[in-house]
Amino acid sequence: MRTQTPRLADLRRGIMELYISDHPLDCLTCPANGHCELQDMAGAVGLREVRYGYDGANHLEVPKDESNPYFTFDPSKCIVCSRCVRACAEVQGTFALTIDGRGFASKVSPGQRESFMDSECVSCGACVQACPTATLMENSVYQMGQPDRAVVTTCAYCGVGCSFKAEVKGDQVVRMVPNKDGHANHGHSCVKGRFAFGYTTHPDRILKPMLRKSIDEPWKEVSWNDAIGYVAGEFKRIQAGHGSDSIGAITSSRCTNEETFLVQKLVRAAFGNNNVDTCARVCHSPTGYGLKTTLGTSAGTQAFDSVEKAGVIVVIGASPTDGHPVFASRMKRRLREGAKLIVVDPRAIDLVRTPPGIEAACHLQLQPGTNVALINSLAHVVVTEGLANEAFALERCEPADYQKWKAFVSQQTYAPEQVEQVTGVPAAQIRQAARLYATGGNAAIYYGLGVTEHSQGSTMVIGMANLAMVTGNLGREGVGVNPLRGQNNVQGACDMGSFPHELSGYRHISDAGVRGLFEKEWNVTLNPEPGLRIPNMFDAALDGSFKAIYIQGEDFAQSDPNTQHVESALRAMECVVVQDLFLNETAKFAHVFLPGSTFLEKDGTFTNAERRIQRVRKVMPPMAGLADWEITMAIANAMGYSMHYDHPSEIMDEIARLTPTLRGVSFEKLDRLGSIQWPCNDNAPEGTPTMHVGQFVRGKGKFTMTEYVATEERTSRKYPLILTTGRILSQYNVGAQTRRTGNVAWHQEDVLEIHAHDAEQRGIADDAKVSVASRAGNVVLTARISDRIQPGVVYTTFHHPVSGTNVITTDNSDWATNCPEYKVTAVEVSPVARHSEWQRQHRDFTARQQALLKERETIEA
Amino acid sequence: MDVQRLVKMANDIASFFEAEPDTSKGARGAADHLKNFWDPRMRRQLLSYLDEQGGAGLKSIVLEALRQHRLEIAGQQPPDR
Repeated sequence: MRTQTPRLADLRRGIMELYISDHPLDCLTCPANGHCELQDMAGAVGLREVRYGYDGANHLEVPKDESNPYFTFDPSKCIVCSRCVRACAEVQGTFALTIDGRGFASKVSPGQRESFMDSECVSCGACVQACPTATLMENSVYQMGQPDRAVVTTCAYCGVGCSFKAEVKGDQVVRMVPNKDGHANHGHSCVKGRFAFGYTTHPDRILKPMLRKSIDEPWKEVSWNDAIGYVAGEFKRIQAGHGSDSIGAITSSRCTNEETFLVQKLVRAAFGNNNVDTCARVCHSPTGYGLKTTLGTSAGTQAFDSVEKAGVIVVIGASPTDGHPVFASRMKRRLREGAKLIVVDPRAIDLVRTPPGIEAACHLQLQPGTNVALINSLAHVVVTEGLANEAFALERCEPADYQKWKAFVSQQTYAPEQVEQVTGVPAAQIRQAARLYATGGNAAIYYGLGVTEHSQGSTMVIGMANLAMVTGNLGREGVGVNPLRGQNNVQGACDMGSFPHELSGYRHISDAGVRGLFEKEWNVTLNPEPGLRIPNMFDAALDGSFKAIYIQGEDFAQSDPNTQHVESALRAMECVVVQDLFLNETAKFAHVFLPGSTFLEKDGTFTNAERRIQRVRKVMPPMAGLADWEITMAIANAMGYSMHYDHPSEIMDEIARLTPTLRGVSFEKLDRLGSIQWPCNDNAPEGTPTMHVGQFVRGKGKFTMTEYVATEERTSRKYPLILTTGRILSQYNVGAQTRRTGNVAWHQEDVLEIHAHDAEQRGIADDAKVSVASRAGNVVLTARISDRIQPGVVYTTFHHPVSGTNVITTDNSDWATNCPEYKVTAVEVSPVARHSEWQRQHRDFTARQQALLKERETIEA
Repeated sequence: MDVQRLVKMANDIASFFEAEPDTSKGARGAADHLKNFWDPRMRRQLLSYLDEQGGAGLKSIVLEALRQHRLEIAGQQPPDR
């Protein structure tokens, strides 16, 4: 076989000639100039002339589609190679693109001849990456030209932890391109990581430290020295007056492992107490408790790649296509290959039915707040119908606990026919789902905050682990219990010892042996008692025993429940120090603002939902002068506790020395291997993709009884509907980042989804303003009639502060961890004409705080 | 802190350990939970509520935990070792 002959060369030249006869000849001014495969091939085949001329029918005048905020579709440059169509179908799994027409009329069409924005396109960027010409091109390349270097780093959005090449010109990021060698994402991305990085250079960023004595005064810019000196002075003054337990700190799940580790070290070593917590408190703390109790460690059991071996995929209380889109694409691919899907969710998430080829075998559409009844019922069916994997359970788990648990779930109370009354899920569906899970081959559970953010969040996590143990679905690929972690480094923040009761590697603070290790390394005596958790800090602030807080990148005035309670607690404190990129909702109550740095401005590591540690690499210097770890170090030193690190790698070395599960981790090894999944130590020098192989981390698995206890948040005549909350693809968490990017084109406000039946009863039309009132407060949102939820349930997101979604959520919480019960709030919905009282006050307060920022006394750089 | 919040939190913990048929084991579990996860000031306040107000509104398993494991919960006995 020959691939280079004069005849072949002629043929190739002839084809190229045809292409070029219908292609604009503007190479010098084309954004792909020098990086165009068509240009390269024209050169390679030696095309010298186009004999046909350029005057015949052509596509040169076809207008551009500039509807997407991030990329331009210029059909005049399209060679109809179909790569974009395949990328959308095979990589992203959305099938938004097709080739419309035949022959000369063939063209790429989003949706049914729609614009990109009007089509199903989710703006993941896979098509842009696949395009060989400038037909699909990032707008940033149009504007800035091509990058001159690339730095491999890790996305700072969700817990998938996609690896990216930050393509840079000077200090400016031109584009983020997903890294084909990335172990979590294998070259794929979503709209957030791929495109929504504009917040990093947004004019709202605050770049100088600021102080004020009271929150009613204008801010005053000060030097770093003055700011740090003031913080240290206030913290020491308050401790002297109110005791050493009167101050604390919050570590940020958005910061690096090294940075969160330093904040908890600051608290334990320099503050001399254990009042440190992290935002995992309000999301996945029940995962930590539940998985540690049953399996022995606080982390997901699998690598993302494991889904490729799953026969049954169970998605509970999560919407991966919204919250974890890159992993959702993998999941969709597996489902299209034939894996069966069980969805447990009050709302019909996209995965329930996504043509072509994805349809849940069972959608258990339960009442919010009844997870534990349902999981017990699934276990009841497995045990009473003889579907248990007895051999696995008896060999791998504590036998006495297993027997006790079997008797517990076998009770008639948990028979599907009984549970149907509580959950609203037909008994036959529960039986069908349990049988499928137990007998469909490898079965893997993926879950999100719809599991954890309940008064029985920890109980539900335990329930899922019980179910996986009794069916033997642990300890190999294709199975497992997998939390879909929310923030980029929430796993890492927990691993680093951010919780008040434990040191890094999930070791309890009361363990004298462990404490001794740290005491020796840090040269201090540690307090053996657990400290305050976030909600306890608020309560203690209100009773006057907690006076000052150092908050590293966290916005609980927006993200935590019962906003009015949180706001009064913040107002009650004497020194609130916020370290963040923006004047966020919490910073409006702060006395000191320390400007933080983005993931592009520092070195470090993030740990994703599959325990994968990956490098974050500095692309530009910190805009405000200091990286977050340097700020924490300065506070410690100013308080008289000496900390000295020249580079974050030295902090990781300390973490490795002190933490058995991370003993083998170093920057050098991460650079060499690309990523490491912990545990990484002498037994597993390159990390551990699958946990609990052969034996559980705790030795024997522990079946634990999970009694269903209904939440106290009940519907009543006054509050007859249940509000539950979630997320959407284009926005991220409290929206501080994504609201400052082009992503607002997809989601300008939070809306309330309401079923047509409930809407009609209340005289609510689509797009009407409605009041949503709970026992805690009320807000006004725009209604959207939706059949994704059942009558009796309403749904909203919490991405915009003015929505004040958390004004209505209550302060009920998980029994074990105080994780708030965001997912169940009894409400009434009624049509109104104007914003709620809280929203009006919030608007006025925000305007006042913005004015105090504008009026700030400035200093020269 | 608002003691009624502590009462509610303690009762929430009790609800989980009520599944245990052996109530002394359940009380042990609840006591361990308080000791392992509550800041000492919260534990002390709950104990004074028991002493001064008789612990009104607390579930029996919490009462038993507080009475049986008082020293540990008060932090007067080392939490481990």
